[in-house]
Amino acid sequence: MSEVNSEVTTFLARLEERSAARRAAQGAEPTWIAARRQAGAARFEALGFPTRRDEAWKYTDVRAIARGDFALSDSAEFSPASAAAITLPIEAHRLTFVDGVFSAALSDLGELPGGVAVLPLSQALADNHEAVGGPLGRLTGVEFSPFSALNTAFMEEGAVVRLAPGSVVEKPILLQFLSRANAAPVMSHPRILVEAGARSQATLIEHHVGESEAANFTNLVAELMLDRGAILTHYKLQEAPLADLHVASIHVEQNRDSRYTSFNLNLGGGLVRNDLIGELNGEGAEANFYGLFYGQGRQHIDNHTLANHNAPRTFSNENYKGILDDRARGVFNGKVVVKRDSQKIEGFQSNANLLLSDRAEIDAKPELEIYADDVKCSHGTTTGQLDEEAVYALRTRGIDEQTARGLLTLAFAGEVMELVDLDAISERVELAVAGKLPERFNLAGLVEAAVALHDE
Amino acid sequence: MMLEVKDLHVKVEGKNILKGLTLTINAGEVHAIMGPNGAGKSTLSAVIAGKDGYEVTQGSITFEGQDVLEMEVEERAQAGLLLGFQYPVEIPGVKNIYLLKAALNAQREARGESEIPAPEFMKLVKEKLAQMKMDASFLQRAVNEGFSGGEKKRNEILQMLVLQPKLAMLDEIDSGLDIDAMRVVADGVNSLRDEKRAILLVTHYQRLLDYIVPDRVHVLVDGRIAKSGDAELAKELESRGYDWVVEESAA
Repeated sequence: MSEVNSEVTTFLARLEERSAARRAAQGAEPTWIAARRQAGAARFEALGFPTRRDEAWKYTDVRAIARGDFALSDSAEFSPASAAAITLPIEAHRLTFVDGVFSAALSDLGELPGGVAVLPLSQALADNHEAVGGPLGRLTGVEFSPFSALNTAFMEEGAVVRLAPGSVVEKPILLQFLSRANAAPVMSHPRILVEAGARSQATLIEHHVGESEAANFTNLVAELMLDRGAILTHYKLQEAPLADLHVASIHVEQNRDSRYTSFNLNLGGGLVRNDLIGELNGEGAEANFYGLFYGQGRQHIDNHTLANHNAPRTFSNENYKGILDDRARGVFNGKVVVKRDSQKIEGFQSNANLLLSDRAEIDAKPELEIYADDVKCSHGTTTGQLDEEAVYALRTRGIDEQTARGLLTLAFAGEVMELVDLDAISERVELAVAGKLPERFNLAGLVEAAVALHDE
Repeated sequence: MMLEVKDLHVKVEGKNILKGLTLTINAGEVHAIMGPNGAGKSTLSAVIAGKDGYEVTQGSITFEGQDVLEMEVEERAQAGLLLGFQYPVEIPGVKNIYLLKAALNAQREARGESEIPAPEFMKLVKEKLAQMKMDASFLQRAVNEGFSGGEKKRNEILQMLVLQPKLAMLDEIDSGLDIDAMRVVADGVNSLRDEKRAILLVTHYQRLLDYIVPDRVHVLVDGRIAKSGDAELAKELESRGYDWVVEESAA
C-alpha cells in the first residue's frame, strides 16, 4: 500500500470506528446525514490529502496532518477556571466546544432576543434534523476540498445560529473552540451554520484557543447565509496553541444589500489554512475582508480569500496585513472574480506584509479575473521590514527598543486593527504583536482630552 | 561641566570625519558649531545621540560624569540628551500624541517617577502647542507624516519643549525655514534657555544666530575645532566666509 493511501486509510478507519460506535449508541442516523457522510468519505478517499503539486496548496504542506493519527474526543472536560483565564472576558451569548465536543457547563446563552436561535448542531439535529439538512452543506460541499469532504464525513457538532428577519442581537454571539493538551492528539470537524434573515443584524465571534501544550487538529467548515439587507460582522480570533493544526473553510452567501465584514485574525496555530469565499449574489451586497496574521517560531499561516462578484453593483474590499518573525511563513492568496455582466462592481484588495526576521517568508499572490467591462478594481501587495530610521528616531526620544519596535509593528497593523470595535479582541492582538501591552489603553482619556481641546 | 568631548576621532564608512575634536559645554550656555560643508558638523551631534554607523576610534564623550559612549540610544535621551534632527523622520501610524506621551513617560520612568496623569499631560501639551503655533490636530496625525518642512522642524522643537532636555542638540534646525517659521522655532529654542540647561546648535548659516544668540561659536574645519569665539565670530564668518579660518588652521 502506498504511503498516500495509508494516510487516507488511517482517517477512514477512524471514521468507521466512529460510525460503528454511534450506531451502537444512537441507532441509525437520518438518511440524508448518512448519505452525506458516505459522499464525503468517498470524495476524500478519491482525492487524498492535497499535496504541493496542487496549485491551491503550493506553499502549504499538510503532511503534518496527513501523517497524523487523531482520535475523536468524547469528553468536554475543561476546568472552568482555566477556561476563564484564556477565553474572552466579554458579555456574550456563549457556546463552548472542547476538542469539538459541546460543553454545556462552559456555555451561557443568556437571554436571546425573540426570533434568534443559537444552539449546538447536535441539538439542532435532535430538534428538527430536516430544518438543518436544507442549508447545511449548501455552500460548502464535499467537492470544495479534501478537508471539506473529510469534515462532511465526520461532522457531528458545531453551532447553528438562526436570525429571524429583522432581528438584532446586541451582544456578540461567541463560539469558543478550546483545544486540550491530551495524552494523544485528537481531531474535530466542527460546523458553523448561520442563517441571517432579511435585515437581521449580529456580531459573531469565533474564538480558537487552548492549553499551550495541545497538539490537535481542527477542521472547520463555516457556512454563513445573509439574506436581503442582513448585516453580519464575523470575528475569527485564532489563538490556537502553537502545535495545533487548523484548517477552516468559510463560505459566505450574500443576498441583495447585505453586508458581511470579516476580521480574520490569526495569531496561533502551528499550521493554519483559512479559505474564505464570498458569493456576492445580489445587487448592493458588500463584503469586507480584513485580516491580520502574526507568525513566529515556525508557524505557517495560509490565508486564501475569494470574492465572487456574481451580480452587478456589488462591492468587495479587502485588506490583509501579515507580520512574520523568526522562521514563520505566511501565504496570502486573494482573488477577486467578476462574472460576465456583473457591471458597476467595485473590488479593492490590498495586502501588506512585514518581515521581522531574515528567515521569515511570505508568498503573496493577488489575483483578479474580470469578465465585465464597467468595473472598478485594484489590488496590490507589498512586503517590507521595519524602518530602522523610525526605530532610531523613537529611541532618540527615550523610548526603549522593544517598545519602539512594538509601536511600529502595531502601527503597521493599525489600518486593520483600528476597525476592530471590540477592545477585548484588539487587546489580545496588540499584546501578541507588540510583545507587551502598549500605552494605548491609557490613551483613551487622552484622545478625549485632545478632542475637547480641539473644541475649545 | 555638563558635556565634555575630548579628542574625539570618528570614522564613517572607513573615512575619518572627526580628527581630535575637543569641546566643553557648561550648564546655562548656548554653543554654536559652524563650518563649511563636509567639516563633520552633523557627525558630532549624531555620535552624541548614538546613531549607528559612526565608529569612535579615539577619545571620549562625558555627560554629567557619565560615559555617553557606553549608554544605549534611549538611555542618552532619558538622561536628558536630545537631538533635533535636520531631517525629521516620518513615522507612519504612530500618532504624535502617542510619541510625546510614551517619550515623556519613558523619561519619568528612568528617573523613578510615575506616569504623568492624562489631564496634566494634556495641559502641558496644549501650552507647548500654542507656543509653537501648532494646531491641536497635529497631535492626532502620524509623526511627521505629510508634514511640510517647516511643520517638521516645529514638531522637533515641540518635542523638546515637552521633554525639557538638559542638553538640546539642534542639527541644522534652520534649514528650509521661511522667516516666520524661523522666528517661531527660534522663540521655542530660546524658551529652553535656562541656567540648568545647555543648547548645542549646528548650523551652516549665521542667520539663525541672529535669533538665538550663542555664548560660544566654534568653527569646525576638517574634523577639528579650528577657531572659537563669541557671537561676534559668527558675524565675521557671515561677512568673510570660512576660507580665512581654513587657511589660518592650515598654517
